[in-house]
Amino acid sequence: MTIMIMLKVGSRTGERMAEIVSLADAVAAAVHDGDAVAMEGFTHLIPFAAGHEVIRQGRRDLTLIRMTPDVIYDQLIGAGCASKLIFSWGGNPGVGSLHRFRDAVENGWPGPLRLEEHSHAGMANRYLAGAAGVPFAVLRGYRGTGLEGLLGLDGQPSVRPITCPFTGETLTAVAALTPDVAVIHAQRADRAGNVQLWGISGVQKEAVLGARRAVITVEEIVDELTPRPGGIVLPAWTVDYVAEVPGGAHPSYALGYSQRDNDFYLAWDAISQERESFRRWLETDVLALAATARAATGRAGAAAGAGMAGAGAAGAGTGEVGQGGAGRDGPGS
Amino acid sequence: MSAPTTMAAEDSAFTSDDMMTCCAARALRDGMTCFVGIGLPSAAANLARATHAPGLVLIYESGTIGAKPGRLPLSIGDGVLAQTADAVVSVPEIFNYWLQSGRIDVGFLGAAQVDRFGNINTTVIGPRYADPKVRLPGAGGAPEIAASCREVIIVLRQTRWSLVERVDFVTSVGYGDGPGHRERLGLTGAGPRKVITDLGVLEPDPATCELTLTGLYPGVSADQVRSRTGWDLAVSADLHELAEPTGAELAALHALHATTPGP
Repeated sequence: MTIMIMLKVGSRTGERMAEIVSLADAVAAAVHDGDAVAMEGFTHLIPFAAGHEVIRQGRRDLTLIRMTPDVIYDQLIGAGCASKLIFSWGGNPGVGSLHRFRDAVENGWPGPLRLEEHSHAGMANRYLAGAAGVPFAVLRGYRGTGLEGLLGLDGQPSVRPITCPFTGETLTAVAALTPDVAVIHAQRADRAGNVQLWGISGVQKEAVLGARRAVITVEEIVDELTPRPGGIVLPAWTVDYVAEVPGGAHPSYALGYSQRDNDFYLAWDAISQERESFRRWLETDVLALAATARAATGRAGAAAGAGMAGAGAAGAGTGEVGQGGAGRDGPGS
Repeated sequence: MSAPTTMAAEDSAFTSDDMMTCCAARALRDGMTCFVGIGLPSAAANLARATHAPGLVLIYESGTIGAKPGRLPLSIGDGVLAQTADAVVSVPEIFNYWLQSGRIDVGFLGAAQVDRFGNINTTVIGPRYADPKVRLPGAGGAPEIAASCREVIIVLRQTRWSLVERVDFVTSVGYGDGPGHRERLGLTGAGPRKVITDLGVLEPDPATCELTLTGLYPGVSADQVRSRTGWDLAVSADLHELAEPTGAELAALHALHATTPGP
């Protein structure tokens, strides 16, 4: 199979083949401090286990990219992994606010978080342009909204009007997203590293094809991928690392393997409400698992304890919590 | 979020949430294509499907088209939506091929703030975007739903701080600055048709596009609504009392809630 790989996919060159490795090794190899990281999964197949590994390995200064930051990025932001966020809807789906996200934006805790903010349609088209290898995408969108005037992380507009060369109509251009690394969770992979996912598929395909590197956790590795109706296959040569992590989408779900743990989403509201309760959760449910994870893979030296460094800088005062549930009823949850 | 008020005697008791949900459900006609969000819009759309509009086509932005859930979904990506849908498509596809192209009749939007011209804010509270008093979730699918659905229904609980003269941030455009603004922006849909609150219903004046009180819940006065509105709310000459939920509506709504796990 390797001999036929002459294609260029997105911004990456060929001569690659997925390696099947442990999650810790995949994250250590693919996710670096300062990277732009897209962990995708639209309410389904959210790569929580990989997110926790990024926290354990103490990554810093990440630019997190995701349409719906939801609970997974609330955790990474609270743990101090991120300095920037590119997103379109930051709530706890079906529950209310993301308290760690709000604490970062409203109070700069555990550090300041710079935002680049879009609509879902804009983000989806930005990923699409990244996957297609063009610098921008065109849509009918943003016209008349406050989002039109916001600047991107580079200080330049990432949304601009564009005139159709055929009709003269004014449309909107959005800049392509080309993350350093895409991280997704899928149902399964074969031993060659071909990845298969089905059900609600979000923007995972676009995120992987538009990114320089891709890490994929799967429920199981199987001998053969039997076809699934509506299923998507990402060939092994579009993927860098595959790690078998059963339940790796918890508390979200993997269709055919697990159910959404709705109680956790509800519980997260209280866990994340205060810095102290969040810190206790981080210690017991993420960081304490580091030793086990490292023992299992025989690795040492991943800076697991460093995950708390940013979270240690507790400032005074808590975020204003009024209007916490606002937006709950809108699409986007 | 405070508990909804109970609006009638115990034997036929219904809450303001029930009333909002029924009002929203009644605004949907059989056979419509409807872009739905989680929470009250989803309850209303599923109530309509269970009562007067069995052919309502439910479309969730997770890419599920024609979903027929037997219970209320827990999120827009609930597996029950994918498993009961006519088609499941990617997120770029749902926005580009289905919403942007003008295939959706009605979009349901929630809001933290709505202003007198039906513009919606779900981004920040406070005058400065970069230093907000309250950081809200953001846009999600709303800006393009508000732009491209043939019509829009907005649901929110009403206070002087949620119904305001001008929103702090225009996340989604209603009628902009007034008549003609949508057309100048090239927005293809007609804009908000109804704003359904926990006190009654506001609709745009056909000439001025300004939201006007047209319907009251049983036992609510126009003055009460005006006192919980952040501008000098006009009252329609056709102001009428909205019918209480029927027994059949309440039974269907309670059945939907009863089969839904969670709180």
